[in-house]
Amino acid sequence: MTTEAHVHHPNYVKVWAILVVLLLVSVVGSMSHVRAVLLIAAFGVAVVKAYLVAKNFMHITVEKRWVPYLLVMCLLFIAILFAGVAPDVMKHSGLNWNKNPASQSVQSGASAAPKNE
Amino acid sequence: MSASAKPIANTRSATGIPTARLITWWVIASEIVIFGGLLASYIMHRVGHPEWADAASHTNTWAGAFNTFVLLTSSLCAVLAHKAADGHDGPKAAKLLRLTSLGGLIFLTVKGFEWTKDIHEGFVLSSGGFWSFYYTLAGLHGLHVLAGMIIMLIVAADAAKNQELQRVECIGLYWHFVDIVWIFLFPLLYIAR
Amino acid sequence: MSTQVVHAEPGILKKYFFSTDHKIIAMQYLFTGMAMALIGGFFAYVFRMQLGFPNQHVPGYGIVTPGKYNALVTMHGSIMIFWVAMPVLIAAFGNFLIPLMIGCDDMAFPRINRLSYQIFLLSALVLLSSFLVKGGPFGGAWTAYPPLSAVGAYNLTPIGATLWLIAVALEFVAFLLGGINFTVTTMNSRAPGMKMYDIPLVVWMIVLASVIFMASVGPLVAGAIMLLFDQTMSTGFFDPTRGGDPLLWQHLFWFFGHPEVYVVLLPALGIVAEVVAVFARKKIFGYKTVLYTTWAVGFLSFVVWAHHQFVAGIDPRMANIFSVTTLLISVPITEMVFLYIATLYGGSIHLDTPMLWALAFIGEFMIGGVTGIFLGSSGTDIYLHDTYFIIAHFHYTFVPIAIIAVYAGLTFWYPKMFGRMLNETLGKIHFWGTVIPFNVIFIPLFITGTAGDQRRVYSYAQFAEQSRPALQHLRTTSTIALLVMLSFQLVFLFNFFWSLRNGKSAGANPWRSATLEWTVPSPPPHGNFAELPTVYRGPYEYGLPGRADDFLPQNVPE
Repeated sequence: MTTEAHVHHPNYVKVWAILVVLLLVSVVGSMSHVRAVLLIAAFGVAVVKAYLVAKNFMHITVEKRWVPYLLVMCLLFIAILFAGVAPDVMKHSGLNWNKNPASQSVQSGASAAPKNE
Repeated sequence: MSASAKPIANTRSATGIPTARLITWWVIASEIVIFGGLLASYIMHRVGHPEWADAASHTNTWAGAFNTFVLLTSSLCAVLAHKAADGHDGPKAAKLLRLTSLGGLIFLTVKGFEWTKDIHEGFVLSSGGFWSFYYTLAGLHGLHVLAGMIIMLIVAADAAKNQELQRVECIGLYWHFVDIVWIFLFPLLYIAR
Repeated sequence: MSTQVVHAEPGILKKYFFSTDHKIIAMQYLFTGMAMALIGGFFAYVFRMQLGFPNQHVPGYGIVTPGKYNALVTMHGSIMIFWVAMPVLIAAFGNFLIPLMIGCDDMAFPRINRLSYQIFLLSALVLLSSFLVKGGPFGGAWTAYPPLSAVGAYNLTPIGATLWLIAVALEFVAFLLGGINFTVTTMNSRAPGMKMYDIPLVVWMIVLASVIFMASVGPLVAGAIMLLFDQTMSTGFFDPTRGGDPLLWQHLFWFFGHPEVYVVLLPALGIVAEVVAVFARKKIFGYKTVLYTTWAVGFLSFVVWAHHQFVAGIDPRMANIFSVTTLLISVPITEMVFLYIATLYGGSIHLDTPMLWALAFIGEFMIGGVTGIFLGSSGTDIYLHDTYFIIAHFHYTFVPIAIIAVYAGLTFWYPKMFGRMLNETLGKIHFWGTVIPFNVIFIPLFITGTAGDQRRVYSYAQFAEQSRPALQHLRTTSTIALLVMLSFQLVFLFNFFWSLRNGKSAGANPWRSATLEWTVPSPPPHGNFAELPTVYRGPYEYGLPGRADDFLPQNVPE
């Protein structure tokens, strides 16, 4: 069985060059002390990079439509998981419970747990 | 039926997507939820623990950036191998795939040096929340890199003989997915403070 | 005439243990599942004896100590769900039926299929090996809530807990491989002419179950790695004394655990659909509506999980949302049950053994569904949580799924699997001997649960506030009914193995069924079809007027 070319091959080296430039942007941006700049440099650029890889290297945009839908559906389920769980895990106290070690660690600013308990 | 003979089931394509690529997409979908679950757990902890930024500042941004560069480049090799396979040039595809696994090897070597340094400084798996997630996330990703390298070398051995060329694209898809996971791990573990 | 390659008969070992043939792998899953069911059933016998006749010597086991009791209930739950319901409903029926029903010669990836079974067998062996280690098997409940499951000093079964976790993780890997294979095979390898809505419902259901499994298990795979590190590498992911969060495990577990209910329910619904259509000689009422409701169930199953945690201290606002979604999911399920009843309406109903099982499934599962309403509403759940009410509720769902529907499927496809008919009289004795005691086991438990009996208590006499001696006769009734039900399973086992040699020869299509698996000889040869079929119509063309035969097989051109 041979592979039939189902995609037009773009100029991959150019895509790679853009990705490397974006990497440099995020490294330089990470030295910023402005929180907004830092977050955009870190995560905004990551989203763009992931999209470029998925589009140009994985050819997800020319694949059958339901494939990207399937992958996005999986991401959606993770988003649902996050939305349902984060209200409990992000907090350190709730209905009849306290996570004292966790909240102490936040207050003291130290690393969470003593070693080798 | 001998082990190498393929069943007719394998050669049909009712969806219009070749069977090998179809199963690759499903594998990637299942990997998305595995990494997604772990990443979601990490992010919700991280948001609740601003002090983890101190621990995160011990990670070496330059090593992480270099590794990102290595993986991006290896992804380029993988997609060029796919292009060569599309042109029925098996030996060239095999060469590029081996280059891709070399990228994986460099990635893991850098990772090894980083972890050695971290452990010498006293940061081990049980040194607190951030470090537990750091080693678990990067370790799970590293295992995927290792598995991808091994499969890629097997695929390359076949491709060199112009056999099973459809597998070149599939292992490439997997490799790009592993690359994308790292694209998100890099800011999460190295940059965010 | 045969287009299949005919080889010399391979050796026994190669034919039955290392085969890549989907039918052999189905049998491997079936028999492994049946063996595990015997173990799980034996455990139920032991701990029910302890509850019915407290602190007495249990014949065949001995005295049940508190630790052993915990291990018994944990292993009963884990085995029945992960090593009986999953392998039999999804893997055995899926492997046997999918290639036959969609008209191809094997799975798309036969060697991945074989690997799936081998990993599954390994997982079963790892679980069973935990019976031999120091401390015995894990006793922290099949939900494995940390910190009980994470810290050896709490659960007292440090090795057993880790082996349990490894076994469950391996089992997940096996079903990921198997499920993805099922999905790809059904999507790509269908016979020419078989369109999306010509696929038999049982194949649809098994595939959708595999997809739901695949999409929900990921976070728990991650959680299992984290729990494994908590157990063995002294991390603190789930340990609150070290800054971790035990609620996170509960969320990860139930994000998988609730969809898992639908993962096993859907194949059962599919089996019942096939049986109902054949024995009522009617087209399924609203084939597409059944599918649409299944998709709705599949999606909704991802947004209900926290109803297992109403008393765990989750955010009360979330409890409201999850109450609503949980009640919502009963709508499509009810709709599906109505569609099955509508299929029966006006049909020419034949009460053969498979049909009895299918009808029993519909009736008994409704009791399970209706009692779930009380548990899905956060207000009533707070009272009923962790009582025997919940035990009775989920056994009214899981027994119809994993026992009744499996018997419907086994008695229906037995002639195709082994080429001989089961004995009808023995089948009916087994049916009534199973369904009646099943109700006698669990109806008393609804009452004891509502009266306040907590689950996971090894002896009520030991706890003054739990003792309630007035309820003891109900507990004993339940135990005796279990003994009756278990003893009637011997009838089935006898029928199963006796008919292998002595049953009436089945022929290709004993039930006059229209789907593709009945167009080949029983049992189907290696490669299934002498000539691969082409499909011309949907799977349920029954009760057609003006024809010699009242049905039209999928592969016959008009």
